[in-house]
Amino acid sequence: MSGLFAGFYSILAWIGSIVDPLCGPVGVFRWLASGTLLACGDTGWGDELAYGFVVTASLALATLPVGLLIGFFIALGKQSEERTVRLASNIYTTIFRGLPELLTLFIVYYGLQILVQQLLASFGYEGPVEINAFFAGMIALGVVFSAYCSEVLLSAFKAIPHGQYEAGAALGLHRGRTMRLIILPQLVRIALPGLGNLWMALLKDTALVSVVGLPDILRQTGIAARVTKQAFEFFSLACILFLMLAMVSSIVFSNLERWTKRAEMGR
Amino acid sequence: MSFVETMIPPQAPPPVPPKPYSLARFVGSVSLGIWLALAVGIFLTVVNGWDPAKFAKYGPSFLSGLGVTLTLVACSVVLGAILSLPVALGRMSKNKIWSWLAYAYVYFFRGTPLIAQLFLIYYGLGSFRPELESIGLWWFFREAWNCALFTFTLNTAAYQAEILRGAIESVPRGQREGAAALGLPDRIAFYKIILPQAMIVALRPYGNEIILMIKGSAIVAIVTVFDLMGETRRAFSRTFDYQMYVWAAILYLIMVELLRNIWAWLENRLTRHLKR
Repeated sequence: MSGLFAGFYSILAWIGSIVDPLCGPVGVFRWLASGTLLACGDTGWGDELAYGFVVTASLALATLPVGLLIGFFIALGKQSEERTVRLASNIYTTIFRGLPELLTLFIVYYGLQILVQQLLASFGYEGPVEINAFFAGMIALGVVFSAYCSEVLLSAFKAIPHGQYEAGAALGLHRGRTMRLIILPQLVRIALPGLGNLWMALLKDTALVSVVGLPDILRQTGIAARVTKQAFEFFSLACILFLMLAMVSSIVFSNLERWTKRAEMGR
Repeated sequence: MSFVETMIPPQAPPPVPPKPYSLARFVGSVSLGIWLALAVGIFLTVVNGWDPAKFAKYGPSFLSGLGVTLTLVACSVVLGAILSLPVALGRMSKNKIWSWLAYAYVYFFRGTPLIAQLFLIYYGLGSFRPELESIGLWWFFREAWNCALFTFTLNTAAYQAEILRGAIESVPRGQREGAAALGLPDRIAFYKIILPQAMIVALRPYGNEIILMIKGSAIVAIVTVFDLMGETRRAFSRTFDYQMYVWAAILYLIMVELLRNIWAWLENRLTRHLKR
């Protein structure tokens, strides 16, 4: 089983190295920057930056499903008929929309560390515990994302007329199937612009995780800047890399929006 | 012929059938219970770990950090509002060069993380020290606080320019035409007719932007400005007391919630005439 995973992982890594836009066979740095500070390999910082780029992108991609899932259930809770559920979900959004992302990250990072340490101490293990920065960042950003996401989804839910639910019931569909077959497709269409904005915010927030030691774009460029003493060039490069991510995602989102609205085309 | 001789005495309505115990109710009780347990737990740790010496030592520094945060946000939002005017005008101008320049400015500052911009200005401009010294600007960029203020102003100006542009463009064309038909000069039409209507639309996004700035300002702690977050980190690194983060969280929550409520009141007040 582990051999299977290892094989799968190495195939993924191989594919990643082929399509790597920075240091792959057709990468920008390999073709345009060989012999400079940005060369790939041991002589330059190209491959380190490429690694940071991958880490940032994968952190954002890994956070997205977590945030969406929690946000969906929080949005459901906010329109529940049960008062306690509404109250509990409103407390959740109030807290996590009000806290600075950096503070949430620190609370999760150090809080988890203390929690795990105490838990292990009660089992008799006394030793230093280090929480993975990627994991802590995923949780913190996911929680923040879900708080905003629940608001977007809630307003999308409100935009769907009640007759849609009634029509589902009239067709004899179960509540879950009504949700899946009738409500969700419309919900995605309405919520997509808002979710696109949240995704952009998430992409930018991933830069904060560099503070707790995740080797993302900002941390790698920071190390390069400190070593080479060319801070301006490297931090500009970090900004350009983030801009590239933003551009790619805006293209993806406009295509997605067109795809979800394909039924309305030509009218 | 028969008729009713006695009225049926008034009766109490039938009792409300008891609500069945549903899954939603269970989830609600459990999640509320979790929040309650968390609140009690935090309260207990604060009470148990209460140390007057610590409070006397770090309480004032927390307050000064709060002051730094509020000053930074207030200054940058006001300066950014001033700077956003030309940018918004540039975005709306028919001149290709101006509108392209303004668009590039807005795109750069909205597309990159605030923390990367801060590093770019604080560390990046630091490597141009000789040049900055020769034009006499080094004293400004030497201080982390100034760099933070500069970055935040540039950043919020980009966001505010978009808010302003969106609000001005949301005013229907007919309003401008109406003003022109009344013979009002363009300037007066803009200040007396377009801008007041645009401001009502812009009010809510402006509030959100200030909240975002309050939350975003926490990152200046990384470039050695001792705002609320910086004081918290310093206190935590000296005491290893997790409570410090709890205090900071409470202070930030109070700030944001206060602002949000003030803004809701303001909006209610300013849109009285639109209510039916």
